[in-house]
Parts: sequence; structure tokens; C-alpha cells
Amino acid sequence: MAFSDVREYTHLTDEEIEAIGRELDEIRAEVEASRGQADRDYVTRVITLQRRLAAAGRITLFASFFPPAWLLGTAMLGSAKILENMEIGHNTMHGQWDWMNDPEIHSSNWEWDTTQPAEQWKHSHNYIHHQFTNVLGHDNDIGYGILRMSRDQKWTPYNLGQPVYNALLALFFEWGVALHDLDIEAIRKGQKDPKLLKKQLKQIGDKVGKQAFKDYLMYPALSGPSFFHTLSANVTANIMRNVWSYMIIFCGHFPDGAVHFTEEELEDETRAEWYLRQMLGSANFEGGTLLHLMSGQLGYQIEHHLFPDLPSNRYAEIAVKVKDICRRYDIPYTTGPLHKQYGQTLRTIMKLSLPNRRTEDNPAPIAPRERRRLRDDERPTRRSELGKWSRAATA
Amino acid sequence: MAPLIERTSALQRLRTLGKGLTTPLSPDDYLALINPLWTQRELRGRVEKVVAETENAATLVIRPGWGWSFDHAPGQYIGIGVEIDGRFHWRSYSLSSVPLVEGRTVSITVKAMPEGFLSEHLVNGLEPGTIVRLATPQGDFVVPDPPPEKMLMLVGGSGITPIMSILRTLDRRGSLPDAVLSYSARHREDMMFHDELHELAQRAEHLTFVPRFTDDEGMLEIERLDDVCHDWMERETWACGPAPMLDALTDHYRRLGREDHLHVERFNLAVTDGGEGGTVTFGVGGPTVEVDGATTLLDAGEKAGVNMLFGCRMGICHTCDVPLASGRVRDLRSGDEHGEPGEYVQTCISVAAGDCTLSL
Repeated sequence: MAFSDVREYTHLTDEEIEAIGRELDEIRAEVEASRGQADRDYVTRVITLQRRLAAAGRITLFASFFPPAWLLGTAMLGSAKILENMEIGHNTMHGQWDWMNDPEIHSSNWEWDTTQPAEQWKHSHNYIHHQFTNVLGHDNDIGYGILRMSRDQKWTPYNLGQPVYNALLALFFEWGVALHDLDIEAIRKGQKDPKLLKKQLKQIGDKVGKQAFKDYLMYPALSGPSFFHTLSANVTANIMRNVWSYMIIFCGHFPDGAVHFTEEELEDETRAEWYLRQMLGSANFEGGTLLHLMSGQLGYQIEHHLFPDLPSNRYAEIAVKVKDICRRYDIPYTTGPLHKQYGQTLRTIMKLSLPNRRTEDNPAPIAPRERRRLRDDERPTRRSELGKWSRAATA
Repeated sequence: MAPLIERTSALQRLRTLGKGLTTPLSPDDYLALINPLWTQRELRGRVEKVVAETENAATLVIRPGWGWSFDHAPGQYIGIGVEIDGRFHWRSYSLSSVPLVEGRTVSITVKAMPEGFLSEHLVNGLEPGTIVRLATPQGDFVVPDPPPEKMLMLVGGSGITPIMSILRTLDRRGSLPDAVLSYSARHREDMMFHDELHELAQRAEHLTFVPRFTDDEGMLEIERLDDVCHDWMERETWACGPAPMLDALTDHYRRLGREDHLHVERFNLAVTDGGEGGTVTFGVGGPTVEVDGATTLLDAGEKAGVNMLFGCRMGICHTCDVPLASGRVRDLRSGDEHGEPGEYVQTCISVAAGDCTLSL
């Protein structure tokens, strides 16, 4: 199977694919050239809002024995954590704000309020997921190694429990993400470098320790008689953030219409073909300004995957142009309201807990194969817009 | 001076505790919301005054925030980072203020250069009240305390700024020795601190001030140094000014075996021939490019589309430092080759000495 065999592309000639690539490159160049004060003001405003919200939430929770204060404080803290992870952390670590040359808002040293160390996220997400988007066996984000999300993945009786695993993944999403870069599958198969494993575990341990100490010990202790109220508030705020980010992320690649690929498509993939894979493998959702802010502009997942390092506040204007390209070249542009996108995702999770022969409405899958996942040094050279990551200390 | 929060070990412990509460951020990130100067993450300062010196030069009086040390040596320079259209730009300028005594402020004197878009902005565009970033004082263009008995200061143009700090400090301490100041500017209006220097020369009996206006009198030729200062061979010399002037001076002193008595401050990057170049990888598994021996790692990375932090781009501020994963680099200023795994290298003045990999 080659790239040209992907059903959605068969009407495009090589020349047309290259022309699409050029148009997208032009959009990138225009946005890069026009970044300026308004963009900086946007991100600093969001950061200020988030920090005030977090501080106000923490302070309110000192009175968490009083139920309205518990409710208000939890809502503020949960929203602050969502903003921090989605619009600020995720996008900063993609290098979207590196052009400002400001060490305080820069991908090389940003650390976020969740259990996964930034450095590991930059590898597992920035590099692996964004380079190998939706390529089975390469992109560990397909089901996070927990869920079967494609008919091309082999079914085992384990998958019968998917509805349960899915609910647990949503509740404890940050912990799933924390272990993501370890590559559990590689560990299970004995292919993981023990030195790297040890280093990563230590990194995770340090981060988890600080996070848990803060949320589950320090703040509860500081609120004295409200210890257990504050503890429950902090647990709730983290779960709020977990469920929300899980949902937004799953809506980015699993609604109907988002395509999965096999590794053959990676062979000799041009830049334009990479763009196409990003467009076809991602899904948007629609909503108002607040919804887009709270989801880190990932309602523009297609635009984010095309230009992961352009400032998130520009995705809305980029989307107009991308949609136009899709219309002119007759390429699907998957989008819909959030509830519909998540409903389809949920349906897929439920459906794929059963073997393919029990679900008759989809075309026959490619024969599922077990493949060894490539090591980083065996993988194709990465694209520079995917940001930085480092494993140097283990070298 | 150490900021309030670190003056005692109890306060230090409080800070550690605070860090536990604000992780992964620092307490400073929240304190800066109340007052932008209350942070040490990136040193900050507030521009208090912009004082015109000549029609294209101004002194910026800056009140530094937490973490600033006021005990700089006269003659040193600082880095200043200014946000223009969303982006931070860094340059270095000599401090013209006297250490410790001038209240809680420092000052730099900036001359707008025709091609210098930042200096132009600093002189003509900076509003008092603006918050700027600062880099701590550095540089070895300093005068020992006590100063040598006889000094000669050779200055061209904006090279007066570090000398001004030296003169003001020596004057304040009452330790101004027998000193000759030869200061060239294009014309009277272009000469910074002209009145103050005149006044100082009248008051301090040992200071001889020799202004020179090059539009009328031409450049000072190095062979004519005797005319300015007949006993220059007996003096310790501090020189600051345009690169051709400093080059001529360095040659002259070397020819006469006096190079140990010449102290020079250069504001332009003087570079060697570079290294042999090689294949540079930006981040393990990152983009890889062939780089020649004259292109800095910073330039090469930017060309390869890597977003790298940068500051002064002349090896002063260390904003661009990144750890070297493997390989060796050459320092363009000294020509020295160095590099241990994990060692931080300044990408703005380093070139590849063979294949190397940066940890990004």
C-alpha cells in the first residue's frame, strides 16, 4: 500500500499534492512574518489570567470547610489547571512562543502542572506523535497503548474491557500520560534500554513527588482544619483537568473521518504528503471563544497538526484558509460540534472492544501485524517545526 | 545586594517552601504579578529617566529589581533586553554610573547608531516606566583600587561611557591620580559629558582633559600621541573607541613592547579565522546540517529552522548557551577549541570544530 492508495487521496495527482504543500508553506510564511506585539499580548494575558485564577483558587480553598468556598475554589483551580495544560503548557512546549526570545515563555525550559516531565512529553508528543501522526505502530497516541482505536489493530479478549479502561483513562489521564514516553510495550518486549528507563523513571518520580506534595499535602496542611476538604478539592480539580484534556485530545484524532495510516505510507513521504497526512488524520470541533481557549485551540486540531509551532491564537484565521484549500482540492475537512465528535469517538471505543467480524459496517481491515517499534535513531529525520526534545543526558 | 527574601537562612527556607507551593513555577512568577521588579528569574529593571546627552545619545537611568548586585566595578558593562513588537532584543552597554552610591539605580549611556535599530529605540523611543530585562555586570575593563599613579585614557566617540564611570568613581573616592584624558568626537555637540568633563578637569588638578573635534582637527594619529601626552610611555593606558583606532593602538603598543600596559575595551566582536566546520545536529535526532567553519552554531540553527534563544550575539550575555552532547567547538573570539560532553557552549560565538551535537 502506498500513499496514493489512501482512498481519500486517489483523486489527487502528485502535482496537486505538491501544489497543496506550497500553499500551506505560504500560509506558514505569512503567519511567521506577521507575529508581533498582539500575539505576545495574547499569551501574556492568558498567562496572567491563569496565574491569578490559580492563586485565587488556592486562597479560596483555605476556607474549603465552607461548601460554597469548596465549590468556587475547586472550579477556579480546575479551570486554572486546564488553561495551564492546554493553552499555555502544550503550546509553549511546541515552541509556539519561542520567536519572542523570552526565556520565561520558551519551549526549552517550560515545565507544566501535570505529572509528565516536560522533556519526556516533548519526545512522546512533539516528536513521535506529530511526526508519525496516526501511523499504526509508530504513533503511541493511538489508544495510548490501552485502547484499540483502529480496525487495523489486532483484537484480543483484553479489548472487551475497553469501556472500563476508557473511563479509567479519562479519570487518571495525567498518570497515563506520565508513563507514556516509557513505552510500556517496548518494556514488555524487553526492547527498552535499561539506562534510559532508569533515567526516565527518576525524572517521573521527581516530578510526581513535587506535584503530589503540593496538591495532596502542602496545601491541605496549610488549610489546617480544612485539610480533608482541601485535599478533596485538589483531587477534584486534577480530575476535572484530566477528564477535560482526555476528551479534547481524543476528539482530535478519533471522530469518524480521521484516517489511520500504515507505515508503508511513511516511505519516501514528501513534505506535502506529510501535510496531507496531518489534514486527513486530524479532526476539528466547533465552538465559541471560551471553548477554544479552554481547549488550547485544539478545536483547530487540523491547523495545529499542520503548523504545530505557530502561535495558537492564529489558528482561527489559518483555519479559514485551510478549509478553502480542502474545498478546492476536494479533501475532507473533519469537523463538528464537540458533543458529536466525542460521541463518535466513544462509539468507536465501544465498537472496537469487539472483534471486527462482530461489527459489520466497516471495510475489511488490512491484516493486523505485530511490528517492532523503531528506535529514535532508526527513524527518519524529524521536521524542524516539531520543536525540541532532548535525551542527551543519557548518551 | 541580595534580595530581601535571601538575606537570611530563615528567608531562604521560606523561599524553598514557597517553591514547593508554586511548583512547577517559582514564587517569583506570582510575585511579579504584583510588582514586575519582584522576580529574579530574569533580572528586570524599570527605566526611571531618559536624559538626553547629545542630540543622538541619552543616558538611561534604570532601577533594577530583585537579584541585582550594585557592586559592579567601574568600566564594566551590562546587558539590556528590550521588548520591541513582541520580541526581546539584547545589547550590551557600559555602565556610566558610580557603583553603590547613586541611589538604587544604575545608568547606561547609549548612542544611537545609524544602522543600530535597538540603540535608536533606546535613545528616542523608550518611555520612562518601561520594564526592561537586565544581565549582570561583566567585563575586565576596570581600574585597580588604588589606581596606578599615572593614567592615560584614549577615547573615541561612545567609548567614553566606561571611562566616565571610572572617572566619576575615582573622583568620588578622592583617588583620581595624575590622569590624561584624550577624547575625540566629531564636533562639540557630538561630545558626550563635555561640560561635566570640563568641570571635573578644573576641579581635579591632576586631570588633564584634551578634547579633539575630528571634523576640524582630523583623527588623532597614533604617531602623534606624544603631542597629546609626552610621557605616555610611563602611563597605564585605558582605551575604548572604534575598532580601527583600537587596532592601531594595539599595534603601536606591541611594537614598542608596551602591550602589558594597555587595557582595551571592544564593543565589536573581534573574530578569528574560525574552525574547520562539520555536521551539526540540533537536538539528538534533530535537524542535521553541514556548517562551515565561519558560521556560528546559532546562525546555523536559525537557518535550519530551530528556535534558539539568543541575546547579545557577541558572546557576552550567555542567553544562547546550550549543552554540547558530543563533539567539539571553536570559540571565534579566542580561536580556542573546547567541548566536553554536557559542557555549555555559547552558540553565538562558537563554530563547529568537526561534527557535533547540541542538546536542545
